[in-house]
Amino acid sequence: MNHDLILQARGVTRRFGGLVANDAIDADIRRGEILGLIGPNGAGKSTFFNLLAGALPPSAGSIRFEGRDIGALPATRRCALGIARTYQVPRSFESMTVVENVMIGAFVRHPRPAAARRAALETLEFTGLSRQADTPTRQLTPPEKRRLEVARALATRPALLLLDEVLTGLTPGEARLGVELIRRVRDAGVTVVMVEHVMEVLMPLVDRALVLHLGRVLAEGAPREVVRDPGVIAAYLGDRHRAA
Amino acid sequence: MPLVSPPAAASPAAAATGAARAFGERRRLQLLVAAAVFGLLALLPLVVHNAYLRNVIVLTLLYAALAQAWNILGGYCGQISLGHALYFGVGAYATSQLFVGFGVLPWFGVLAGGGLAALLALGIGYGCFRLKGHYFSIATIVIAEMGLLLVHNWNWLGGASGIQWPFGGDSWATLQFARDKTPYIHVALGLLALTWLICWRIEDSRWGYWWRAVKDNPEAAESLGVTVLGSKLAAAAISAFLTALAGGFYAAFVSYVDPDSVLHFRFSLLIVLPAVLGGIGTLWGPMLGAAILIPLTEFSRSYLGGSGSGLDLMLYGGLVMAVALLKPEGLIRLRLPLRLPGRRAPRPTRTEAP
Repeated sequence: MNHDLILQARGVTRRFGGLVANDAIDADIRRGEILGLIGPNGAGKSTFFNLLAGALPPSAGSIRFEGRDIGALPATRRCALGIARTYQVPRSFESMTVVENVMIGAFVRHPRPAAARRAALETLEFTGLSRQADTPTRQLTPPEKRRLEVARALATRPALLLLDEVLTGLTPGEARLGVELIRRVRDAGVTVVMVEHVMEVLMPLVDRALVLHLGRVLAEGAPREVVRDPGVIAAYLGDRHRAA
Repeated sequence: MPLVSPPAAASPAAAATGAARAFGERRRLQLLVAAAVFGLLALLPLVVHNAYLRNVIVLTLLYAALAQAWNILGGYCGQISLGHALYFGVGAYATSQLFVGFGVLPWFGVLAGGGLAALLALGIGYGCFRLKGHYFSIATIVIAEMGLLLVHNWNWLGGASGIQWPFGGDSWATLQFARDKTPYIHVALGLLALTWLICWRIEDSRWGYWWRAVKDNPEAAESLGVTVLGSKLAAAAISAFLTALAGGFYAAFVSYVDPDSVLHFRFSLLIVLPAVLGGIGTLWGPMLGAAILIPLTEFSRSYLGGSGSGLDLMLYGGLVMAVALLKPEGLIRLRLPLRLPGRRAPRPTRTEAP
C-alpha cells in the first residue's frame, strides 16, 4: 500500500443504461496535492466526481480511500471518513443563516451545537465569511455562496476536498480570491481535487491534471506536460493552445 | 485519520464566543417569554367563567399543541404529512380501549397510545420517506384513510359506533371532569407547554439543525454527513408521539370516540392549518395560528349556523388563501412593533460595502 496516495481508483466504470460515462478509469490522488480534473463537455468529469463523492455508486471497479474500499459507501459515510464536496450550483440551506449552514458540516465532528457553532465560526474566519455569519443565506451574492459551499465542506474537517467548478463564472478578481483560498486549504493539509472548465485559472493552480475524454483517462501529469500532449490538444484545447 | 484543523487566529475566537453568547441570550429570552405566556394562560379560568368559552379555550390549546407536534415533522423537517389524524386516532382509541376495556388509567393510556403511534410512524416513514414532496403527502392521506376504514370495521374497537367512556365521578386519576371542565384547560395547557418545550429544546440540537437541512436540501445534507432517513424517522416518531398524547387527552375530554370523530381527514387538516397560518418551522407560529383559527371556527359555527352549512370551512379556506397570497411564511413573520424574539429575524447585511 502506497501511503502517499490518499485515494486510488481502479477500473472505475459507470454506466447509465447503454451509455458508458466512465470506462475503466484508473486514477491516483496523492496526499497533499491539488489535482485538476479536466476534459471537454461530456468527458465524464462530473460522473467521476460524483463517484468519488458517493453521490452515485460505481457499476464496476474499486475506489480505495486511505486504503479502504469505499465504493459501496453512501455520501454520508464518506463524509465521516473525510471526503467532502461542493456543488457546482450552490446548494445552500436557504432557510438558515450562514453560520447555521456551516454548522451542518461541523456536526460531523462536533455533535454538540455549541461546539459545532464555534467550529463553524472558525471555519467562516478561515474562508473570509465571518462578517456574514448571521446573514440569511438567501441574501448572499453568488460568489459568497460559492465560498459558503467551500466553508461548509471544510467544516466537516475533510482529508480530501472535492471542488466542483468553484471558480467558473467568477470575475477575474473573485477568481483570484478563490485561488488564494484553495491554496490556503491545501496549505492547511487538505488534498484538493477540482473539476474546472477555466483552464487559464486552473493550470497555474494545480500540481497535476487528469484529463478525461469520452469516459477514459486521456492524459495525466504536470499541467505543463498535459497541455503539450497532442492527444489533449486535439481533444480539448484546440488550435488556440497549439502555438504555445 | 489525518484530519486537519484549519488554523484559527486569536481574534475570531473572541468574536465567535460573542456571537455564541448573543445566541444563548436569545434562547433564554424565548424561554422567559414562554414562561410568561403559559403562566398567563394558566390564569385564564380565573377570568373566563362561561362554560362555552372554556370549551373553546380547551380546544384552542389542544389544537395549538397538535399543530406544534405536526410542526416537528412538517415544519422543521419539511415532510408535509396530511395524515396526522391517524396518530391522533391511535392515541384516542388506545387511551379509550385501555381505560374502558382494561381499566388502565388514561395517564398510562396516553403514553401507550403515544408509543404505539411512534412505532407506527417509524414503520410508515420507513416505507414512505422514499417518496418526495407531494407524493409523500398523498401517501400519508391514503394510509390515514386506510386506518379510518379499518377502525370502522373493527368490532373489538366498537366499529362504527365507537367507544363510550363510563360516567364516573370527577377525578384527576381518570381525567374525568363532568361538572367543571376547568382542569381540562390546565391539562391541555400542560400538553402545549410540553410540546413547545420539546420544540425549543430540539431547535438548538443536532436533530433540529439536521431537520432544517433535510428540508432545505436533502442531497447537500447527505454530502455533509446528515443521515437523511434517520432524521426524518426521528421527526416522524416524536411528532406522532405528541399527536397521540393529544388524541388520548381529547378522548378523555369528550368521553367518547368513534372513527369519524377522531380519524377523519378533517382532523388531519385541522392539525395542519394553524401551523400553516401561523408559520411552519417556527416556535410560535402554530400557537398563533391556533389562537386565531380555532376560536374563529368555533364562533362561526355557533353564530353562522351549524357545521353542516360549511361556512366555517369557507372561512378557513379564505384565511389560508389570504395567508398564502400575502404572507406565505405565516403570520408570525409579520413585522410587528412588538416582535417576538425569533432568531431568524433578518438583520441588515454588511456586505454591500464596495
